[in-house]
Amino acid sequence: MRVPLDWLREYCDPDLDVNGIEERLTMTGTKVEAIHHHGVGSTEGFVVGRVLAAEQHPDADRLKVCTVDLGEGEPAQIVCGAPNVAAGQTVAVALPGAVMPDGSAIKAAKLRGVPSNGMILAADELAIDSDHSGIMVLDEFLGPAEREPGTPLGDVLPIAMEVLELEVTPNRPDCLGVYGVARELHAATDGTSASAPLSAPPWSEDLGSPGQLAGVEEVVVECPDLCPRFTARVFEDVTVAPSPPWLKARLMAAGQRPINNVVDITNYAMLLTGQPLHAFDLDHVAGARLTVRRAAEGEQVDTLDGETRTLDSQMVVIADADGPTSIAGVKGGVRSEVQPSTRRVLLEVATWNGPNIHRTSWSLSLRSEASARFEKGLAPEQCMYAQAVATRLLIELAGAKVAPGTIDVGWDEMPPLVIRLREARVEAILGLAVSRARQAEILQALDFQTQEVLDGLQVTVGALRREDVTREVDLIEEVARIHGLEKLPATLPARRGAVGLLTHAQRVRRAAEDALVGRGLHEVIGWSFTDPGLLDRLRLGEDHPMRQVVRLENPLSEAQSVMRPTLIGSLLDAARHNVSRNGPDVAIFESGAVYRASRDDKPTEEHHALGALLTGALGGWASKSWRGLEGPPTREADFFAAKALLGALLDKFHVDWTVQPASSWPFLHPGRAASVLAGGETLGFVGEIHPLVAGQWDLQRTAAFTIDLGKLAVASPPVMTFRPFASVPSLRRDLAVTLPDQIAAAQVLTRVREAGGEMLDDVSVFDVYTGPQVGEGMRSLALALSFRAPDRTLTDEDVAPAHERIVAALGELGGELRG
Amino acid sequence: MIERIEELRAEAAEAIASAGASAELEELRVRYLGRKAELPQMLRGVAELEPARRGEVGKAANQARQALAEMIEDRVAQLEGNELESRLESDLLDVTLPGAPPQSIGRLHVITATMRELEDIFLGLGFTVMEGPEVESVHYNFDALNHSPTHPARARTDTFYVSDDLVLRTHTSPMQVRAMQAHPPPLYVVIPGRVYRPDSDATHTPQFHQVEGLAVDEDITLADLKGTLLAFARAVFGDRRDVRLRPHFFPFTEPSVEVDVSCFHCEGKGFMGDGSRCHLCKGEGWLEVLGAGEVDPNVYWNVPTTEANAPGYDPEQVQGFAWGMGVERIAMLKHGIPDLRLYYENDLRFLEQFG
Repeated sequence: MRVPLDWLREYCDPDLDVNGIEERLTMTGTKVEAIHHHGVGSTEGFVVGRVLAAEQHPDADRLKVCTVDLGEGEPAQIVCGAPNVAAGQTVAVALPGAVMPDGSAIKAAKLRGVPSNGMILAADELAIDSDHSGIMVLDEFLGPAEREPGTPLGDVLPIAMEVLELEVTPNRPDCLGVYGVARELHAATDGTSASAPLSAPPWSEDLGSPGQLAGVEEVVVECPDLCPRFTARVFEDVTVAPSPPWLKARLMAAGQRPINNVVDITNYAMLLTGQPLHAFDLDHVAGARLTVRRAAEGEQVDTLDGETRTLDSQMVVIADADGPTSIAGVKGGVRSEVQPSTRRVLLEVATWNGPNIHRTSWSLSLRSEASARFEKGLAPEQCMYAQAVATRLLIELAGAKVAPGTIDVGWDEMPPLVIRLREARVEAILGLAVSRARQAEILQALDFQTQEVLDGLQVTVGALRREDVTREVDLIEEVARIHGLEKLPATLPARRGAVGLLTHAQRVRRAAEDALVGRGLHEVIGWSFTDPGLLDRLRLGEDHPMRQVVRLENPLSEAQSVMRPTLIGSLLDAARHNVSRNGPDVAIFESGAVYRASRDDKPTEEHHALGALLTGALGGWASKSWRGLEGPPTREADFFAAKALLGALLDKFHVDWTVQPASSWPFLHPGRAASVLAGGETLGFVGEIHPLVAGQWDLQRTAAFTIDLGKLAVASPPVMTFRPFASVPSLRRDLAVTLPDQIAAAQVLTRVREAGGEMLDDVSVFDVYTGPQVGEGMRSLALALSFRAPDRTLTDEDVAPAHERIVAALGELGGELRG
Repeated sequence: MIERIEELRAEAAEAIASAGASAELEELRVRYLGRKAELPQMLRGVAELEPARRGEVGKAANQARQALAEMIEDRVAQLEGNELESRLESDLLDVTLPGAPPQSIGRLHVITATMRELEDIFLGLGFTVMEGPEVESVHYNFDALNHSPTHPARARTDTFYVSDDLVLRTHTSPMQVRAMQAHPPPLYVVIPGRVYRPDSDATHTPQFHQVEGLAVDEDITLADLKGTLLAFARAVFGDRRDVRLRPHFFPFTEPSVEVDVSCFHCEGKGFMGDGSRCHLCKGEGWLEVLGAGEVDPNVYWNVPTTEANAPGYDPEQVQGFAWGMGVERIAMLKHGIPDLRLYYENDLRFLEQFG
């Protein structure tokens, strides 16, 4: 909402400059987003002039050489290109040195060899109008004294205005009118030294009259639920012409383009009262009767913006005998548009159902100043406010005669809403006491009526605030915002029983992220949205569960149209970005939600996943030591690197986990993919990215894992219980066994543990060898066995039986001891 | 004999003092205190002396032997110290070379780090942390939060829809009602999380993060909101910060406020020392950081009373405040991050600067 400051001051003029007004409005809830300067920066150099003579330029057909009386001194010679300039006109002149609204300065110059000392101005050059068809002729707008040559132009025309751009919250459609803002300003300054009274409403005197209206046969409202009130007046002898400069200037400053006096008056009345109006050319209203009804499905209207709109049956039209003539509350129709030839005007001011207007304007993608107001829900009382303002202006500015009577359909006076405001409740909600007298003063300044009762005030809500203020707490807000939130003390709540704690799952998530950070990984945050094409790039089969994506109905683009089913896509995206910009070694992780569409009546599933990706040399740039060959060899990120990282993560949480070769993830290398299991659940996967998939992201060998952090939290014991450990040393025995290479190491270890019995404390693989010495299809595993008894130091003889059982078990697997 | 003892003692003492290496001292120990040396021999011979002199000679010899043994020990320790010192002196490294092998440093994303910082502040103030679904029902995202059926936020230009009654949550606020459904008052929670709106330009990304707060008890006031947010502002932006509440409108709070923090760049003055306008707050002296207010009674009415939250939320019995703050905005202000797009580009040169 753009409010020209002069217009605002017409109704409330506190002793404050524009910054003071900005501060008061902002701090009471009508935020001033910006202060604009409309028109010229300084009125210096702009004067009223009279054209004494306008001669043809000797060398230019379109230019005239004018002699202009500027009051003092010799008349000035000014070359002018306007077709309408003529001797005798009173005109607006910019003298050399004057600065135009666009910042350019007028200079004395020669035009085609003829000196010109200034410029005769068109309305658009002063931002009073968008019209540039000719210079502005002021005679008809200015009084005799104002026409005196040399009069400062700023004294007679609004050529420089400050304009407040306000953020009006959706609960305050009353502030979508200048008078409503003036009331706020009055309340916001009331009781201060700058206080100013609020002028009587501009609609307090109505030149029209109620009762039967001649000239209109009938108005029928077929859908009273969508049109709570419909009013109309008729104006005869209307002269359609341009509006006077003051009106045009205010419209321009408020962001509206002047059209003609009748249309401008409807816009002006709307900007002042907040209530939209619509003027019909009554001679183009077929049958002189109007019907307000739901549109027929597919019915069409040609609207004022030159479009043909196709309507549906929930939209409301105003129709005459020839069909729809406007879309109610949204846009007028071409057929009954006010034109220069218009002599009789039907002025319609109605209240429309807010939600319905909202729906219509959104489904037609047709937003207008009118629909923006109606959709917020206007008070039916506002109809007559707007009729009164427009009636006066049509009489004054368009020479109109108002026909007696007003059509007024559907409206019954509503009983006012009365709310009890308990004095103590104000302090209870705000934490700041406001006296009952001050409460009453504030509410009265805002146009509420108050009456003292036992425990507080009985407050009567005016029509304009009926939608917004319905409960005691709404009145408390009114008191708070005007009394001043800056007066609130800063206290802390009692916090009874409040203990700030993270849950086990939240601690696991943090610790898991920290564990990866501690191992040198950088956290990335990808988009939750993804491209459906990702599913193909990940080689997911038609029936793969990850294909059940959550799909958006209104995505910003196809590339962001589904919710990601896995973190792998965004990890690969981040890896590609960094490999191409920062080199081949990347170690990253992401912690975020993944989604799956609902199926079998189950709701949409989402869980918080943790995924890590490694590519290039492990440790990235940091692995390159100045010690050269002396340092540890640089290793490539591969399956075992990812598994080691995963193991470190899971072991941190004391999770008892295993992996199993798996083929459920088609984007993984088929021979280097495993599911991660714990407590009977699949936590996720670990593997190398399929080379064909990695290739699509321009990546070399890449390994990754992702796990469900919720399942990890469940698998991780929240409390560890002490386990006694032996004080005697263990006895270590190593053995190397040659086995068929398809026997998994995990299988070997399981058999060894079973065979080893209680005495076998631990067993692990410490070397794997394949090659000519063990033969084709075979490999040698070197196992470290650790034996321990709780109460004594074991000897070779003690462990011999267990050792034999282990060797036998390995034999059953096809193993043969080496060396 | 006594004289001989003193003579030996003096001679040995001089030799010990001038010994330059521990090997030399070992020789001296053998020479003066070894089995065949004169002093031990004398001690052994004491028994053969006349009884009247035994005491005197024995004592002197014993004292001399002990004194010499101590002197040798001391001198050995001294020399070993010297030798270690000179060995260490020649054993120096260029300590300015990097550690090896170098340990790579990982980082949390600045959004995660900021969310944790905010969570921790409110954990310290007694709030617990809750999370909720990102694919949310229209009921929790709008209806239960007192949004009118025509509220513009519901429009498809402002909200991502999955179906007519499922959306990507546009704020973390739906968890207010979910939290109240699950727990009885008093309730103090913060809800960090990812939210979505269909905007994409220099100042908007279609996904971003918020931290919601909700405190409901029998007597929580707007002044308590101010105090809580003042504690937050000072924890995040520094001890000298102030907060300003401006009246505003949100469907689910009443009274509603927008909250500004005094600008930490210009100390709330709006202008820098050199008279130039502060670029951070654009000369206003205040930075808008969040929206808040007292929970609207209609929100409590939308919380059904169940076994889980009994006695439930009757707005005549309970009251409290709620807020929602944007994590990206707070991180941008705090760290001077110039462009929202940097957050989701995930360039390592960005990531390694924070967290």
